[in-house]
Amino acid sequence: MTARERGRVLAAAALTLLLAWLVLYPILLVGVDAAHGDAIAAFARRPGEWQALWASVWISLASVALAAAIGIPLAFLFEWLEFPGRKTLGSLIALPAVLPPFVGVIAFLFLYGESGFVARAVQQLLGLAEPPWRLQGAGAILLVHAYSMYVYFYLFTRAGLAKLDASMLEAAQALGAGPWVTLRRVTLPLLRPSLAGAALLVFMTALGSFSAPYVFGGGFRVMTTQIVASKLNGELALATVETVALALVAIVALALIRRTEGSDVLFALGKGIAPRRRQLRRPAVRGLAAAAGWLFAFVLLLPHLTLLLVSLVPYGTWTTETLPPQVSLVNYQRLLAEPDRLAPLLNSLWMAAASTAAAIAIALAAGALVRRRLPWRWRSPIETLIALPWALPGTVFAIALAATFAVHEPLALRWVLVGTVVLLPLAYVVRNLPLTGRAVLAGFGQIDPALEEAAASLGAGRWTAFRRVTLPLLKPALMAGGSLAFVAALGDFVTSIVLYTYDNRPISIEIMSSLRVNEIGVAAAFGVILMLVSAAVLGVGARR
Amino acid sequence: MTAFLALAGVTKRWAHEVTVGPVTLDIARGEFVALLGPSGSGKTTLLRLLAGFETPDAGSVQVEGEEVTRLPPARRRFGMVFQHYALFPHLDVGANVAFGLAKTGAERRVAAALALVDLAGFERRRVQELSGGQQQRVALARALAPEPRVLLLDEPLSNLDPTLRERTRRELRALIKRLGITTLFVTHEQDEAFDLGDRIAVLSRGRVEQVGTADVLYEQPATLFVATFVGRANVLRGAPAQALGAANGQVLVVRPERLRFGAKGLGGVVRERRYTGAAAFFQVETEGGERLEVLAAPDAARVGERVHLEAVKVLPFAEPR
Repeated sequence: MTARERGRVLAAAALTLLLAWLVLYPILLVGVDAAHGDAIAAFARRPGEWQALWASVWISLASVALAAAIGIPLAFLFEWLEFPGRKTLGSLIALPAVLPPFVGVIAFLFLYGESGFVARAVQQLLGLAEPPWRLQGAGAILLVHAYSMYVYFYLFTRAGLAKLDASMLEAAQALGAGPWVTLRRVTLPLLRPSLAGAALLVFMTALGSFSAPYVFGGGFRVMTTQIVASKLNGELALATVETVALALVAIVALALIRRTEGSDVLFALGKGIAPRRRQLRRPAVRGLAAAAGWLFAFVLLLPHLTLLLVSLVPYGTWTTETLPPQVSLVNYQRLLAEPDRLAPLLNSLWMAAASTAAAIAIALAAGALVRRRLPWRWRSPIETLIALPWALPGTVFAIALAATFAVHEPLALRWVLVGTVVLLPLAYVVRNLPLTGRAVLAGFGQIDPALEEAAASLGAGRWTAFRRVTLPLLKPALMAGGSLAFVAALGDFVTSIVLYTYDNRPISIEIMSSLRVNEIGVAAAFGVILMLVSAAVLGVGARR
Repeated sequence: MTAFLALAGVTKRWAHEVTVGPVTLDIARGEFVALLGPSGSGKTTLLRLLAGFETPDAGSVQVEGEEVTRLPPARRRFGMVFQHYALFPHLDVGANVAFGLAKTGAERRVAAALALVDLAGFERRRVQELSGGQQQRVALARALAPEPRVLLLDEPLSNLDPTLRERTRRELRALIKRLGITTLFVTHEQDEAFDLGDRIAVLSRGRVEQVGTADVLYEQPATLFVATFVGRANVLRGAPAQALGAANGQVLVVRPERLRFGAKGLGGVVRERRYTGAAAFFQVETEGGERLEVLAAPDAARVGERVHLEAVKVLPFAEPR
């Protein structure tokens, strides 16, 4: 072993240990905690726990089905047909992605909730004494999930269709298969990796979803809300058992869906080009497609518009009218002028920035080490540890970190961080690792190793080659991964509600407390700011 | 001869300027026809019009007197081998071949089709594990298994390495002749077209320039394009053309082997000699600066020597507008 190789292995060992301490250790501790004591018995005895666990599973399955039912047909429509406005609509349709989960939920509340615009309009129209419906329970949760998660199916299916080789479809036709047979026997099987990927993402997101069940659940509990409720009730032991139960469901689901994913060599043979888009020729059909498209886009945009409108409502001016009688910018003025209101905004920004920077630094170190410089036995643990937080719901990590850093045992690498401002950003780092890690590792994979060798042959040292060749080539991956991580941290609610302190309370917590005291205008104004910052950051990140 | 497969005035307009056709072509039952042309000549479009992947803007396609112009590909009973084979990566070899077959008796017919291409027993193999030559044969077996009326091949040999290509070419011809299936075959390589086709249709800019056997195309090209695209050709205009016997305004095409060194005729200097074994190619530069290629015995001339060229046979054409 040369000195350089020894250095690499040492660095890999250090990184593996750091990741294990951040990612794996808290989970293991929670597992050990849960195994001790009588909380397991309490968990098993209470029917409510099993109901919540089952609710989590079926809500997630139903979310996958709904998201697929909306996203897949849309993807075929936009990828295979040509009609007026296709490009604009095609990008508008991904708009739910810029609404952070909690903000999306309150927008739905203002729009479809019992005192929302739609309910008020219907009430007014029919002259009802009571609001026509209550937005609550499983149906409300599924509505929000379908809205926010169909985007995954839409984007994944479109990507899969774009990679599809037109000659495969033609070959099927030449062998006598009609359009439906071709779809069933060729197109869908070839899309299987994309569809399984989207299903996995939706299932995991729905399983970890907290905002929608928290706001709309009412008496209907899923595991994530159950865990937080136990934690807030001080039943920490029970919360850890619940956390482990949720984590186990997530891991089993991950394994099951991965098995149906099939191999990714499916496209290895395809060298052809995607099918040409079919022009819709008949004017009536074209008009109908365009109109349906714009209507759909408008419905998708309604939550965004609702948020904007509500943010302009001064406190106490909107009571029974269908539309608010007064609009002004007073909420924004208060938000920026009062230091107490401004603090959450600044908190969220610095924590998102710091956690993103840290997650990128770790991802870069992992990428530089993992890529071709390490023997296999080191690569695999690093990659697994980076991906692990993705496989577990945010609540699981929040509880695990809260439990791990509530005691002072420096020999066991545990310090009291609960109640300090560093624990929440640390949790953001853990949650961001898969986002930056996946992007950066993929980015490294796309760089031809010969480029760094060329730099070396031209006299560049290792650092110079990294700085002048690798880093510029990684820039798109860094931007993409970094923007996703920043937006996720900025809009986070599920981790924050478990780990925040008064000194680092983030925007989502402030939105929640504003809602509690009925300051809906301020809550919406915070939501609009979150939405705009998220959209801007994602836009910058998607630029090539 | 009544045509088994008849194209009449088939036309496809792409954009403003790019048009394929009108193409009229009659093909007899069991005939093996090569569509030869440079890239962009419309040969692949013509094949796709036959397969039904494109619908012509005008004209008709008939098989055995049946009108199929607007019939969707699934109902034409035309077999097709794609350039990159288009094997279904999610299915094994057997399922690929069985794709176009009815369930009953499929197993036996798959075995028969695979035996035909010398891949007996390959049913359970994954297509990704096969070599390029084997993939090409699976694609052929898949196209042949449903017993199509017409077989269409889109540059089926272009993805094979050169040594394999020549052997596969012979095997392909033997197999198709044994089956007696009417076959159209797209290629941009003259050797392939000459080797495989009973007749060759030469395409240029969307039109069929000439249809005929290899000998006819080479010895009696109908147009200047065919003369220069098929076989090596020296093209002469003006004074040097007249020196070799052209009338005023004519373009002269002379094959390298139809030129020989003599005592008089077109004067020039040998600039290059490329030895090929049995013969050598000589580059002769005339006084006017044209370069002519001459195929002659290896010792017929030396580089730097002053020579005179006589033409044994010339092909005169009118100057194209």
